[in-house]
Formats: sequence, C-alpha cells, structure tokens
Amino acid sequence: MVGTGLLFAGCKVPTFGEYSGATTQARSELHLWQLFFIAGLVVGGFVLLLILWAVFRYRRRSDEIPKQTQYHTLLEVSYTIVPILIVLGLFVFTVLSENKVDATPPRPAALIHVYAFQWGWEFSYPGGVKVIGQTTQDPTMVIPTGTDVQIDLKSLDVLHGFYVPEFNFSRYASPGYTTSFDFNALHTGDFRGQCTQLCGLYHSLMFFNVRAVTPAQYTTWLRTEQALVKAKPSSVPKLPSGVSGATGGTGSSTNNAGSDLYGD
Amino acid sequence: MTDVTDVTHTSDVLAPTTPDTGHEDLPDLHAPPGAGHGPEGDHAAHGHEDHGPTGILKWLTSTDHKVIGLSYMITSLILFYMAGIMALFIRLQLASPHSSLLTFGQYNELFTMHGSLMLYLFAGPFAFGGLANYVVPLQVGAPDMAFPRLNALSYWLYLTGSITMMGGFLVAGGAASFGWVAYAPLSSVQSSPGIGGDVWIMALVLTGFSAIFTGVNLVATIFYLRAPGMTMFRMPIFTWNMLVTGILILIAFPVLTSALVMLFCDRHFGTHIFTVSGCQTVTGATHFLSNGHLYPVACGSPLLWQNLFWFFGHPEVYILALPFFGIVTEVLPVFSRRPVFGYKGMVFATMAIAALSTGVWAHHMFTTGAVLLPFFSLLSLLIAVPTGIKFFNWIGTMWHGQLTFNTPMLFCIGFLLAFLMGGVTGIMLASPPIDFATHDTYFVVAHFHQVLVGTAVFAGFAGVYYWYPKMFGRMLDDTLGKWHFWLLFIGFWVTFMPQYVVGLRGMPRRVASYPSDLGWQSWNIVSTVGGFVIALSFAFLLWNFWKSWRHPIPAGDNPWDAHTLEWFTTSPPPHHNYTHLPPIRSERPTWDYNHPDAIVVPHGPHAEAVARARSKEPVG
Repeated sequence: MVGTGLLFAGCKVPTFGEYSGATTQARSELHLWQLFFIAGLVVGGFVLLLILWAVFRYRRRSDEIPKQTQYHTLLEVSYTIVPILIVLGLFVFTVLSENKVDATPPRPAALIHVYAFQWGWEFSYPGGVKVIGQTTQDPTMVIPTGTDVQIDLKSLDVLHGFYVPEFNFSRYASPGYTTSFDFNALHTGDFRGQCTQLCGLYHSLMFFNVRAVTPAQYTTWLRTEQALVKAKPSSVPKLPSGVSGATGGTGSSTNNAGSDLYGD
Repeated sequence: MTDVTDVTHTSDVLAPTTPDTGHEDLPDLHAPPGAGHGPEGDHAAHGHEDHGPTGILKWLTSTDHKVIGLSYMITSLILFYMAGIMALFIRLQLASPHSSLLTFGQYNELFTMHGSLMLYLFAGPFAFGGLANYVVPLQVGAPDMAFPRLNALSYWLYLTGSITMMGGFLVAGGAASFGWVAYAPLSSVQSSPGIGGDVWIMALVLTGFSAIFTGVNLVATIFYLRAPGMTMFRMPIFTWNMLVTGILILIAFPVLTSALVMLFCDRHFGTHIFTVSGCQTVTGATHFLSNGHLYPVACGSPLLWQNLFWFFGHPEVYILALPFFGIVTEVLPVFSRRPVFGYKGMVFATMAIAALSTGVWAHHMFTTGAVLLPFFSLLSLLIAVPTGIKFFNWIGTMWHGQLTFNTPMLFCIGFLLAFLMGGVTGIMLASPPIDFATHDTYFVVAHFHQVLVGTAVFAGFAGVYYWYPKMFGRMLDDTLGKWHFWLLFIGFWVTFMPQYVVGLRGMPRRVASYPSDLGWQSWNIVSTVGGFVIALSFAFLLWNFWKSWRHPIPAGDNPWDAHTLEWFTTSPPPHHNYTHLPPIRSERPTWDYNHPDAIVVPHGPHAEAVARARSKEPVG
C-alpha cells in the first residue's frame, strides 16, 4: 500500500464516491478503492471502446460474406497473459491493504466488547460500563482518537452487521464466536453506524453512533463512568460532551436493565 | 478442428446435394416444412407426430424435450413477471424514506420472494430447464434428451416447487422473510417461527431435485446422444456451456438440497447443526459429565450454513451465467456472419470459470472475519481472466464482421455493456478491503443486479428473440422487440447506477426505511423511475407475443442464416427433431451447408495442407 499511498498522497485523487475515511484503516481502503476504480476505468473503458468500435465500424455495409477467420494465436495469448498480470498486480495491493485493515495489534489502548442483538447494540467497557440502545434510542460508542481501539464483536442471537460508513468497514456479528478488529480514528467526530445484515423485523432501524474524542477526554469519561457504576451499578452512562456539532451529553443511552436480559 | 480428410469429404458430399450455392438469407417461406431436405423428410415427420394425445393431455403426458422445454420457459416467465411486480413494490417502498406502503414484515417477505423467484425459479430453470432443454438436443442432433421421462419428472417437480414457493404467501405468518440466502440462525424456528420458512425449504428441495435431474439429463445427452460427426469440438458453444453448467449443477445443487434438509431438521427435529443456543441432549441436559468435568453440549455453527450455502451459491452464480454466455456466443456470430472467434479458447475459458467458481464461495463471507482472505480473494480475482477472454472473443467475433442489429443482436450488445459494468464492480468486490466497505450495501445490490440482469435478462431474452422462430415457426416483431430493448436498456442504467452511489454513501440492503437526512432519497427516486421503465419494456414483450399469436409472420426454417444444427430442421421441429441431417464437419453445419464456399479459414499446423486440399476440390 505504501506505493499507492504515496502516489495518491502526492496528487489529489478524487474519492470516487467513497468516504475519505476517518480511520487509518479506512484511508488504506480508500487508496485501494482509488486504485481499483482507476484500473476499472482504464480496463473497462478500453473494452467499452472496443465494443463500440466493433458495433459502429462493422455495421453491415454489403451482402459480402466477411472473412471467416477464427483464430489469432498471438492475440489470444496476449489477452490471456495481460489480464493475469493486471489481476496479480491488483492482488498484491489488495494483500498489502488487507494486512493493514485487518491487523489487530496485541496491546490496544482501548478494548470494547460489542454485542449485537435484535434490534440494538451493547458497548461494553472495562469496569462494567455498558452503553445499551435499541431501535427507539440509538446507542453511542465512545472511542479515543489516535490510538488503537480494538472491538470484540459478537451477536447474542442472529447475524448482524457492524457497519460504520465513514470507517469504510463492516464486520458480521455472529453468535458462536467472537471476531476482533481495530480502529485508529484520525480525528474527533460523530459517525453514524448501522446494522447491514438482515436480522429480522426491525433490521431497518438498528442504528448506532460512534463518537471519537481525544484520549484525555476518553480517559476522563471512562474513569467517571467506572466510578459511577461502582457506586451505583444501575447508573446509566452519560456521553462526553459533543464534538463537531454533536447533539449533546445525555442523548443516546438507555437503561441498563436490558443488559441482564441478553447476558454476555 | 477440420482436418484434411474432413474438408475434402465435406465438399464431396455437399457438391451434389446443395440446392443452390447462392443461398438467400431467407428461405422460401411458401415451401412446406421440411422442403429441401429430401423427399423422405415429410413422411418421417408426420409418421411420428400423429400418435399420442393432443391438447392439454399432450402437455400433461409429454416426454418430448421441446414440449417440456416450452413448459419450463412459460412457467419461469410467469414467475419472472411475478418477481418483477414484487420488485416494483420494493422500489415504490424505497421511493420515500419512511414509506407506509408496506409494513416491515411485508417488505421482508417481498424481497425474500423476489430474490428466491428470480434466482431459484426464473434464471436457472429458464436457462437449463427451458432454453437448454429445447435447444441442446437439437444442437447435437439428438431425437430427445437422454432420459425423457426423468426430464418430465424434472418439470413437474419444478412446477410443484414453484407453486409451493408461491403458496408461502397464503400460509399463516406469511411467506419466508429471511432473505433468499436464509442465513442461520435467522432461519431457525425461534427467529422465523412461521410455516412460510418451511414452505420455502420444501419448495427449494423440490426444485433442487428438479435441477439435479436436468443436470444429469444434459450431461448424459451431450456425452452420449451426439449425431455422427458431432465431435466435442464441433459442438456449439451454447451446448458446451450447458455441459459445463450441467456438471456444475451436479456439484452445487446436492449441497444446497442437503443443507436445506439439515435446516429443516434444525427447525423441527431438535438438531443444532446451524444454531448455537439451546443445545441439549435427548434427556434435556445442557451439560454433560465426562472425566469429572462438566462440559456444555456441543452446538452447531451458523457459519457452517454460510459455507454450505455459498458452496452451492457461487457455482450457482455461474449456473446462472454460463447458459447466457452461451446464448450470446450463438447470437453474435450469426448476426456478424462470422465464426466464433477463438472457439477453443472460449471452451477452455468456460471450463476455467467453472473450475474457479467452486473455489471462491467464501468471498461472500469476507466480513465474517472467519475465512482465509487472500486465498478467496485471489481465486475470485482470477475469474476475471477467463471472463475477459470471453469478452475479447465476443469482440473478436464482431470484428471485421457484417453486423445486423435485429432484436437478438441488440439484446446481446446490451448484455455486453451491462456485464462489463457488473464485471468491473465484481473485481472491486473481490478485494476484501473494498468488500469490507461495501458489503451488504446497495453497492453490492447494484453489482449483482447488473450481472444478473445482464445475463438472465439481456442475454436470456436475446435467446427468446433468437429461438422463438425455431420454436413456433413465427417471427417476433422486430419493431416491438426494439422498443422492448431500448426501454429495458435505458431503464436498466437508470435503475442500477444510482444504487452504486447510495451504496457507497452507506445505504444498507434489505431496509424498508432509511433516515431522510442523508441524501439517499433522490437517488432512490431515480432508481424507482428506472424500475418502472423496465416494467414498461416488458409490456412490449407481452404485446409482441400477442401479436405473433394473432398475426403470425412465418419464419421459415432458418430466418437468421444461422450456423448451428437446429436451424437445419423445420420450425418448429418434428417430433423427433430431424428427418435428415447435413454433414457435420465443423461447429457450423448449417452454415457450411448453405455457404459451402465460406468455411472457416484454415488455421493451425495443418492449415497449408487444408488450403491445398481445398484448392483441388471440385467446384459444385
């Protein structure tokens, strides 16, 4: 990815509809997307021109029967070899990007357990801090910027999809096993998330939010909430104050009573 | 393929029998069926046909591959229209963010049934049960399929399965609503308790067996019932593709059928093959004691369902694509008046696609976090290579040709453009990081609709317009056909291009409502308008059928000056297809017969010898 990363950092390449990405992983995906998009434009455009040329140039002009040639070995070999080379090139960049996107460093700065359920989310932090929300009130996951945040994702019932568009990333939440991935948020901000895997009746309403705050804000918030939970286990976490036009402190968490229903 | 002896032999045979070497494009329409094929033709044809019942009884009892093929096509077309109407409801619902047209439950039922009908009951059966059933025996010069009664059983299982599937709407709790992929554990009895799910499973078991039987029949017919002279490398590409499709059916469908039986056991017999919760022994215990330790009862794996389903599902994608590639490879040469460019490369590309398609299933599971990404990514990317070869072969076929743009040809051009777009976005999705960003969004929806509409609809209806004259002895109206094409073509791009955009902006698939502040609505409205343009285009197809029924335009035996064997017999063909066969010396027996002086330019190591031999041949 380094090569394309530098290449695309140097000149301003449009994002071609993709989000520019709010995490380092998302940036890596964006560069790969740009590469594939340009490759697609070039190859697809070339084939399109050939098709259009054939269609317009070789319209029937007489009743003469055209030459009945069927094979051209050199041509056939080249249109086999060249695509193989293109594909292998794309594969190399895919693996480079994939290794970045998929890496989970051994000691993440924050570890958040995410449990998906019909139809909502539970974000579980160390020290018993839990943010839970479902269709009527979206939960918000608080993460620090600039460090590795590991998410351990699992479902409590059916399959769900954990998807944050601006992170250019999604992952199934499945019952039966836990899957882990990493975020490294580039800047503070609020990002919307949604379930992408059909999970029953209210699949359409299974939203959540991610709020990225500075590491200092994150630590303060987590310590406060941990202390509150210690003093009064049923206390509901409050969100850290908003950044970049967020809606405010108390918005998106519901009562903790729900957590016992679903368990861990 | 043609060696020295073949070619000289051909011209010896052809010289005395060819009626006129300056054969016109359209044969004499006033001639009785079978004329020009020898005097004994008519006798034999009528001798066979007059036995047996007629009318509805004929349809019910027939084992003729042509009757069964037509039944398949008509049934699958009806299901196609039904699934299309469901799509219109889906599009109407999405035209506004919080539409109250459908409830969430109804919406889930509709997209589940739309997908199930289109994929299981239309695209596949239409191709291998319908067109292939009709055309393959004709193309290889066989009197029928290898196992005619098994063929009939296939159709009746398919019809029963289809009615069962539609019956889902009538049962308490409504039709299945877990998506056409029925991911566990949403498809478990706890999460989807209604009978709709069971009806859906039953329907697919029935149609699964039907597909397996058709696969057996196709493979056996192509291997064993080819006419003398029809060597493997003289088979038309459509037949080649159906052979490979048949083999893929035999690989893929048993996996689906057995997975469905397992799912049914999970739902009703207390097994836990695909579920992880509530596992217990027969005595009801959730843990068991062994060596002094208490262990939980082993549970099933939802991931296993995905593995089994996609081990069927990805070959299925090519079961749905290869027949249509075959159609395009029949139509393009005929309307370019050229042989298939790179015939053998085309055959090997088909085989390569089939082989690769059995090793790419987990690219549907990149976001599970539980599959080996580089392996499945590389194999998926590699499929682009044989597919690219096919594209270049198609272009090479048109190159230097004399192209005419009758309706079948237009549909093939539509296919090329649609499939090009679907293919390019497919390569993007084969890359796991890009798949992570777009999985289960409308980007994927747009991608597979462009692929499947490209194949099953553009190429599929190219096949309908192309072979209709053979099936009924009547032409379809070319003007109405062009209306159909252009409306479909415009509607197609207007419907699916906006879906790429909303997909990249984060709109997930299978949602009945969406936030109104994200700018998705305008794109969705455009898409909905496109959907209705597509629907309008299919009204022209019905009009065309009606017109050919009420005001027939006789087609003659070979209206397109086509290449392959089926155009040598009458339209429609007699009971056992042929009363008379031309010499088969290449993959274009009918063309060779009608244009003895325009055979394929010799090539390969023997080219010179072939050319020398031809220069000495007597002029007919």
